[in-house]
Amino acid sequence: MKKKVFALTMAAVMAAASMAGCGSNAAETTAAAEETTTAAAAEESDAEETEAASEEESAEGGVLVMATNAEFSPWEYHEGDAIIGIDVEIAQAIAEKLGMELHIEDMAFDAIIPSVVSGKADIGLAAISYDEDRAASVNFSENYATSSLVILVAEGSEIASADDLEGKLIGAQTGTTGEMTATDMVGDENVERYNSYFEAVQSLLTGKIDAVIIDGAPAKVFLTENEGQIKQVGDALSTESYAAVLAKEDTELLEKVNAAITELQESGEIDTIMNKYIPAE
Amino acid sequence: MRIAFRKGRNSFCVKGLLQPERGETKSIMWENFSEAIYLNFIKDDRWKYYTDGLKVTLIITLFAVLLGVVIGLVVGTIRATHERTHKLKFCNFLCGIYLTVIRGTPVVVQLMIIFYIILASARNKIPVAVLAFGINSGAYVAEIFRSGIMSIDNGQMEAGRSLGFNYIQTMWYVIMPQAFKNVLPALCNEFIALLKETSVSGYIALQDLTKAGDIVRSRTFNPFFPLLTVAAIYLVCVIVLTQGVKLLERRLRQSEH
Repeated sequence: MKKKVFALTMAAVMAAASMAGCGSNAAETTAAAEETTTAAAAEESDAEETEAASEEESAEGGVLVMATNAEFSPWEYHEGDAIIGIDVEIAQAIAEKLGMELHIEDMAFDAIIPSVVSGKADIGLAAISYDEDRAASVNFSENYATSSLVILVAEGSEIASADDLEGKLIGAQTGTTGEMTATDMVGDENVERYNSYFEAVQSLLTGKIDAVIIDGAPAKVFLTENEGQIKQVGDALSTESYAAVLAKEDTELLEKVNAAITELQESGEIDTIMNKYIPAE
Repeated sequence: MRIAFRKGRNSFCVKGLLQPERGETKSIMWENFSEAIYLNFIKDDRWKYYTDGLKVTLIITLFAVLLGVVIGLVVGTIRATHERTHKLKFCNFLCGIYLTVIRGTPVVVQLMIIFYIILASARNKIPVAVLAFGINSGAYVAEIFRSGIMSIDNGQMEAGRSLGFNYIQTMWYVIMPQAFKNVLPALCNEFIALLKETSVSGYIALQDLTKAGDIVRSRTFNPFFPLLTVAAIYLVCVIVLTQGVKLLERRLRQSEH
């Protein structure tokens, strides 16, 4: 008897699961199956989170899927359960202007542009600097911030400026302008490409590498976190401007996003957000 | 996929290669294709990433296999000896801990523990990776060798001993050659797994074959060619390895006739 009940339950769960997969057939499910649907859906909610998000999008057209790499404080980072940061708040403000709901997808930095190109995300905001190679694949929105690359070295290092980097091991995150600048400066074989910047800084602390090339604002965060162990040397290497990236085909959304950014800039909202995360000195 | 169709978005190479729009001629397809080839392989000598990456992958795999076999041979023999003779209690206990810890944790975590904690100041990463993958593989190889030794009838050991060989000599000249032949398919399996496992080397900023593809991908934003190229190279490596082991197996079989 027990076996029979178990088998029936399993059958109901399977049926519910397969129907949950189709979505549109859900209305036809019987009351009994519906009960199990909630249980099955709860179990699968984690796995189907992304699917659910895209389904929502097609249903209402009101979800703005943002691709980011939340390991880049203060631009975007995890705090508790949430992903916060300047880019997140700007995207939130843009989404509000467009009357859309923001959904954040956290991924590797070098996956952001391919995700936007393939349509997995609508917009990419991750302190992405304008770059010609990138612009060949995606559209850049209006700039919303400027930044510069700086050099971090261990306290007591001999490196005093960019001129001393010759032949030294430089760490950076794969696919960032910092990594590309490092490659240009010291050649391919002297660049260590980490999955994220905190690992590069970690390696700098233990002496695995000699320097890290990184954007100014996150550099400040790392400097405060590791006070007395690392320092910034030399002048800023470049001036870069951050912008959102969108798929080439999505010109309609690009116009809307550009309008929203301009509005936010004029109203001073972007400055407010920036000052909140990067206190003026 | 559904979304991609709805919005009419697709990566350009797929669109160019597989879904040519009406009226598009073959030459445009070819142009897209050759441009993608140029971007993914030729521009800035990007092919070098793949060849250098392959070199790193093969070096790590080769030395990790050697280290793994040495560790596996020692640990496997100790474990099998303990099982047969109930000697070497302490060694067997240590080997048990080694197997539990190594097989109980993911290789990528072990790799990062060795890189960021145990050898925190090591600058040369290839030896770190060899150590991590070798120690990891050794645990699996040990169990393979143990099963091989246990598969040989105890009468072989008794025969060897009665001929005047000591325990180690019997193990080396009588048991091991037979055991090795038995475990070769399982061993080959482990080597294939090891070759592919080295693809997580990117976690310690080591530029192996997989990371090479990632770097090119981060430059071209086109996942199609880098990923398929990397996959094809791994496939070729595994096929070559499998064929080599097949030849070796056939060689070893000759003694049976």
